[in-house]
Order: sequence, then structure tokens, then C-alpha cells
Amino acid sequence: MTQITPSRRNVLGAAAAFGVSLQFLAAQAFAASEGALEKKKFVFVICRGGMDGLTVAPPLGDPDYAGLRGPIALGDEALKLDGTFALHPSLAAAWRLARAGEARIAPAVATPDRARSHFEAQDVLETGAAAVYAESSGWLNRTVETLARARKVSALSVGPTAPLVLRGKAPYASWSPGHLVDGSARLPALLQDLYKDDPLLGPALARGLATEAMAAQAMASVGHAGEAAAMMPSAAPGAGARSLQQQGQAAARQLGETLAGFMKAPGGPQIAAISLDGFDTHANEGAAQGQLGARLAYLDAVLDGLHQGLGPDWKDTVVIAATEFGRTARVNGTGGTDHGTASTALLLGGALKTGGIVGDWPTLKPSTLFENRDLAPTLDMRGLFKGVLAEHLGVDRAALDQTIFPDSAATRPVTGLV
Amino acid sequence: MAMPDRELAGAIAATRFGLGARPGEIGEATRDPRGWLKAQVRAEGADLFPTGGETAARRIADLREFQQSRQMAKREIAGDPQTAAEARDPVKLAQKMLRQDTAGDFLARTQLAATTPAGFRERWALFWSNHFTVAANKLQTATVVGPFETEAIRPHVFGRFQDLLIAAETHPAMLLYLDQVQSVGPDSPLAQRAAGIGRRGVGARLQPVAQRTLGLNENLAREIMELHTVGVRGGYTQADVTEFARAMTGLSIGGFRGPEAEIGAPVFRLAAHEPGERSVMGVRYRAGGREQVGAILTDLAAKPQTARFVCGKIARHFVADEPPPALVARLEKAWMGSGGDLAKVAEALIAAPEAWNPNPAKFKTPYEFLVSSYRAAAASPQGIQQVAPILTALGQKPFAPGSPKGWPEDAGAWAAPDAVVKRMQFAQGFAALFVQGRDPKRLAAEALGARLSPATAAAVARAESRPEGFALLLMSPEFQRR
Repeated sequence: MTQITPSRRNVLGAAAAFGVSLQFLAAQAFAASEGALEKKKFVFVICRGGMDGLTVAPPLGDPDYAGLRGPIALGDEALKLDGTFALHPSLAAAWRLARAGEARIAPAVATPDRARSHFEAQDVLETGAAAVYAESSGWLNRTVETLARARKVSALSVGPTAPLVLRGKAPYASWSPGHLVDGSARLPALLQDLYKDDPLLGPALARGLATEAMAAQAMASVGHAGEAAAMMPSAAPGAGARSLQQQGQAAARQLGETLAGFMKAPGGPQIAAISLDGFDTHANEGAAQGQLGARLAYLDAVLDGLHQGLGPDWKDTVVIAATEFGRTARVNGTGGTDHGTASTALLLGGALKTGGIVGDWPTLKPSTLFENRDLAPTLDMRGLFKGVLAEHLGVDRAALDQTIFPDSAATRPVTGLV
Repeated sequence: MAMPDRELAGAIAATRFGLGARPGEIGEATRDPRGWLKAQVRAEGADLFPTGGETAARRIADLREFQQSRQMAKREIAGDPQTAAEARDPVKLAQKMLRQDTAGDFLARTQLAATTPAGFRERWALFWSNHFTVAANKLQTATVVGPFETEAIRPHVFGRFQDLLIAAETHPAMLLYLDQVQSVGPDSPLAQRAAGIGRRGVGARLQPVAQRTLGLNENLAREIMELHTVGVRGGYTQADVTEFARAMTGLSIGGFRGPEAEIGAPVFRLAAHEPGERSVMGVRYRAGGREQVGAILTDLAAKPQTARFVCGKIARHFVADEPPPALVARLEKAWMGSGGDLAKVAEALIAAPEAWNPNPAKFKTPYEFLVSSYRAAAASPQGIQQVAPILTALGQKPFAPGSPKGWPEDAGAWAAPDAVVKRMQFAQGFAALFVQGRDPKRLAAEALGARLSPATAAAVARAESRPEGFALLLMSPEFQRR
């Protein structure tokens, strides 16, 4: 394989081969200085596999919690939020933010889907539709499409495959750690020519090269000049692999920092999505330690890296971490939990208002469990997203009700979040 | 829809149905494109890649033995950091060896794909291995993904779907991957015994056993219905999933307490089976043991919803992300008319005019791109380092799809801007290594035949170097698609 020596000059040179790329960067830089709304940043973290909300934010004060959860119930080791709720001990950075009034939990949210299928529920979570197969593009993509009519806006997907939430008509950039482009090669220009009538490959290559140029700047701005060494999110390391887990956390923090570098660079994306998997804990879920604890530590490190990396821009930022569904209220026969309904969403960011839990707590009383097995939802996830998009990014209500979350007028935006 | 002319059909046979053309292959296929494909269908199934002569059972037994001796070693050296450091090295070595099993299997499979003259047969096998996904997401499953494919999938891919289904769902790798091994009927003798010990509170040493509640895990039951048979719209309820999970209790893997021959092999533990009759999707199944779950799987395999769901997936894989309904209908008819004979379904696919649309609608997955690049170069990867890093960077980590749904099929999942840039970088390096004094114009003609567009042919001809010309071929719109 050819040795690729990345340098800022090479990378910018590659981008310069396409006039559009630098114009794009310049236009973005100009737009970003225009007004307060343009500074607002939004990051959506998808936790795939059905993240167990009752372990993310255990309701220690709920009298039925310990009995339902048995061996996977958390106790004093959890990080207290209030008289009822705590955060998992792996979520230490998120907890510090919560103590500072910059993080809140929504403990019983769900999408409108009730099929308990990962794939349907993820589709509904990401398309923003009321039911599966109703939409083929993602709600963040339609948000970009809507905002782009009024102002310059751009979006970034982090990871080797683009999540559905960002796919659609509006262009978006994507980036994952790897080698940088060799700016001296002719191949990019020749391919651009060969792709001039290709609706898929042409735009993808142009955008990919522009993003590579931004990556070099992003990494330089957070002190990771040169090549990205960050590992991509992968399944949780097995129990006992502590050093692997620490390496994973260091990489996760760096991933968060690099994303922050992108977002605070002049002309950087205001909207980003990142997808983490490995939350499907049917067996040996663990309590303070274990499979889910390791995965939450990874999530916490990404969030911490993002927070630290954004520095002063954190005050303009909202992050939502959400999952397709929660898990059964009762522990199952194998020390894990099966597919359920409501789960916890995390809201973080310096732009948030201080406050308690978002939405009501249905309690874990046997009579209130959904279908006698799952935590019952009290808040439609779309209401949460709509509230943040309206108050933080200034998206208008009609677009939210009709195009971004189709036929959702009855689902009111949650107000007072930012 | 009329068949394309024979030249184009030959190119389509080798690149869309197959895994990409090796030099000379399109010429052979062009003589009789459909006949060339049909000749690759055979009753004994797909080709087997070598797994070092080791079965899944052997791999599971080795891993358990290693874990036990490691536990013992840990206890012995606890509190003595010097000894601990010394003991860690052999542990690392053993873990590395176990990982090498997985890497070796994956490399062998990629070499088979890169070199086989029966590219359609291999693609057909890869489709089924993705349909019945087992992912190397933990050490325990990583060592058995390869043997799972050679033992449970490949022998059955041209047999009856029912046999393939039963082989896949009862194989130790699947039982481990979707947590079936630990699932115990709540009213089974085993769970009753455990509960009894707990109530009597016998001795502190037994406490962990009592605390480990024994009970159901519905993961495999749900995914069989949702992903492997009737599909999520197949008309089942949560109650059906739970009933099916109850019926499946008892499916497990032989451990160290049973007879030597059973270690790592699939076994049925009647003591863990939930007693009683079951009702799944409106059918009652008599109380019993293994035959109960066998009957349910057989019924699921025969359902028309299963034929529709799986035939839709076949059409999506081979022809288009949104396949023509007429094609799906043809496959379904062949399936239902033959009792799920997969050889008949494969032949119906070959015969279907919709499958020969001259426009290539499928964007290659990273694995398909990599394999077809090797085939175009008439080469084969020589080490795991040549294949694993690039596949991981492109989002298709070897043997490790992120969920039981397997790898996605649609172009949107694989053609993100970043991924296209990474494909280009790979093509640059690959072309420099493999072009080796050959004429890229000739390589382009051999790789794409009548599918080669004038624009690509001109770009390759104008290239300033051989590697540049070959890289342009690999990145051309028509090579990226099939």
C-alpha cells in the first residue's frame, strides 16, 4: 500500500482541487458570524440495541425498583440526582454536568412504535414518522433541509456508515477516523470527472474530500494534529478486559473531542449525529460493573470529550442521547433484560435550562407497567426533539408538525428546555 | 423485459450474480450466461473454506478449557504482582491464538471468494450466512463464526429452507450469539431445583447459584420470527414470542459435566425445558422435548409469510434495493411450489428476466468491492492485514455486523462521502501493488466486459500510469456497482 503522508498543505490542496470545497468553507465561516442562531449546535447520539433506561438512570427511590431488578439493581454506588433518580456510576461526566445544571434526564420516553423490534423501532426513531415505513429520510436531514431555506447550515455524520437520521435530500458530510487524502494525487480530480453524471458517487466524493480538509483543521484545533488514531465505536469488550476498556474510553474521548473540533471550526457543522451500538443486553447485563456499565463508560467518554473539546461553545450546545426502546422492567432469567418500551433519554449542554426530570415518572407499580412487562411511556420522543429543535435551533412549528415529524401536530413540543 | 444481448448477459452473470470477473470469466459466461450460472447450483451445497480442520465443538471446548485454567491461574497468583505479570503473557498468547482462529477463517473465506470459479454459488452462500447472522462480537462467538458457516449454512444452501433453518437455529454458535444457551424454563425441573436451594438457604457456598435466577431469555425466539422466517409483519404477537421462547428452552451446548463427546456439541437438556403444551401463531404443540421446537420451526419454515419475506430479501440482494414486485412473485412461486427448495429458488432467480436489467442497481458492499478488486487483479489476499483494516474502515468489520439483522443491503448505508474517499484511497494503494506491469485497458475489458462504459474506457486509456489506470477502473461507477 502506498505510504500516505498527511499534512495540512496536502489536505487543503486536495480540497482546493474543487473550487466548491473552499467556497463552501468560506461561506460557512461567513455565515457563522452572523447571528446567535447560527452559533447553536445540536448533536444527536443514537444508542443502538435498546438501551436500558432503568440502568442508565436507576429510580432508586421507586419502591418497586429493587424487587423488579433483583441482581442487576443498583444501590448506593449510583450517583444521586434527586430523591428518586440517580445515574449509573459509569456516567460520571454526565453526572457532573447534571450537578452543574447542564444535563437532565427524560426517564420514560418512547417513540410511537410498540413492536419491540430493533429495526422497526430504530427506523421510527430516525425517520421521525408516526409509524414504520412511512418515511424514507431522517428527521435531522429534513431539519437541515428546512433550516437551509433561511440560513447556511451543515450537518456531519461521524462513523463509517451514515445513520438513517441524517440520510435524505439535504447534503451532509460524513467522517470517520482514518488516513487523510494524499493531496498530490491526480486520482480525486480524475474521478470527479468520471462521476460528473453519477448522482450517488459525484456528490459523495466532493463532500468527502471537503470534510477531509476540515478534519485536519478540527484535529489541529484540539491538539491531535496529524493522523486520527481514534478507534470507532465497537461492541463492548468482554468482562475482565479492563485495559482494552480503558483504551476504548480514551478513543471514545478522542472521538468526542474530534467531533467538537469539527463543530467549533469556522464553517463547521452545527448539526451532527453519531451512532453507538452494543446496548442489546439480553444476558449478563451487570449492575455497577459489567457489560452495560462498560458501554455507558464509552458513551460517557464520548460526551465528556465533546464537552471538553467544545470549550466556550458548549454554552451554545444541546446533545440528546436516545435509544429505540427500553427494556423489560423485570430482570429476565439470564441476568439481562428483553425488549421493552419506554427508556431514558439524556439531555446535555450548556444551552439547557436547569430543571428536574423531563416528562412524568409513571412509577414501576405492577398496575402501571405497560402490558405488565415494560416501563410505560409518558412522553413521545418526538415532543422532546421538537422542543429542542424549536427553542434551540429556531425551527418553526409548522415545519416541525408537518415535514420534520409528519402528522405530529398532536404531539406538542416540550417547552422550557433551553 | 427482454434479455440483454449475450455479451452483456455474460458480463452481468459474472458481476451481478457472481462476485466479479476474474480474467477470462466473462468470456466463459458469455457462451451461455444462464447455463453457466445454473451449473453452479448443486445439491451438496456451497464450497467449504478450511477452518484448520476444527469444528465449532472443538473450538468451544478449547475456549472453555482455556477460561477454566485461566481462572485457576488467577486464583493461585492473586496477591503476588510479580507472578501475576509473568502469568499474563501466556494468557495473552492464548487469547491471541483464539483470535487468530477467527482471522484465519475470515482470510480463508475471502481467499475462496477471490479465487472460486463459481462466483454465483459463493454469493448465494454469503447471502444465507448474512441472513442467519452470527457476529464475532465476543470472544466466545468469534471463534465459532467460521465453523458455523461451514457446518450449518454452506451444506444446506441448495437444500430445503426448513433444513437450513433448523441447522442454523440449533447450531451452538447461534445458541451462544442470541443467548439461547442460558435460557431456562421457569417451571422446568432445573429452575425448580435452583429455587428450592434458594428457599432453604443451604450454605453460603451455594448462594451464588441461588441468586442467579434461572429463567427465560426470548432473544433467539424473537429474532427467528422477525429476521429469519415470517418477518416483523408476519403476524405474530409478543405472546407468540414468549411461547416460542418457552418451547426453545432446553436447546443448549454440552459442557464439562456431561459425556466427553458432548462438550461443545448441541444438546437438548430436558431438565431445562419448560414443560407443557405451547401455542404459537394459533397452532397448539403437544408437550414434549426437542420435537416441540422442531415442529414449530418446521411450521414457521412452511408459512407463506416466510416465503414472501425471504424471497424479498433475495431479490433485494441480487437485483435492486427496491426490487421489482414481479421478480419477488416469481421467487415466491418457486419457493411455495417446491416446498422451500432453495435450488429451485436459485434457478427461478436465474430464469427471471427482471434479474437481467442492463442497469446495475446494486452498489457493492465493502466486502464485495474488496473481493471483486482481487478478482479483477487475478490475485488473492495473503494475510488478514490485507483485508481486515480496510473492511473495518469502510464499516464492514470482518465477521462483525453490528446486529443480528446482518449487513445492510442498501446503497445509502455504504456510499457515505467518507466511505467513498476511503474506497478511493484503498484503490490507489491496491492498484499500485497489483497492477504489476499489466495493461489496465486489458484489465478493464476483462473485469467489466460489455458493461465497461466509453467514459471509463477513455479515462483508463488516458491515465498517466498503470496504477492510476487500474485505480480508475476500480473506482469507476460501473465497477462500484453490479
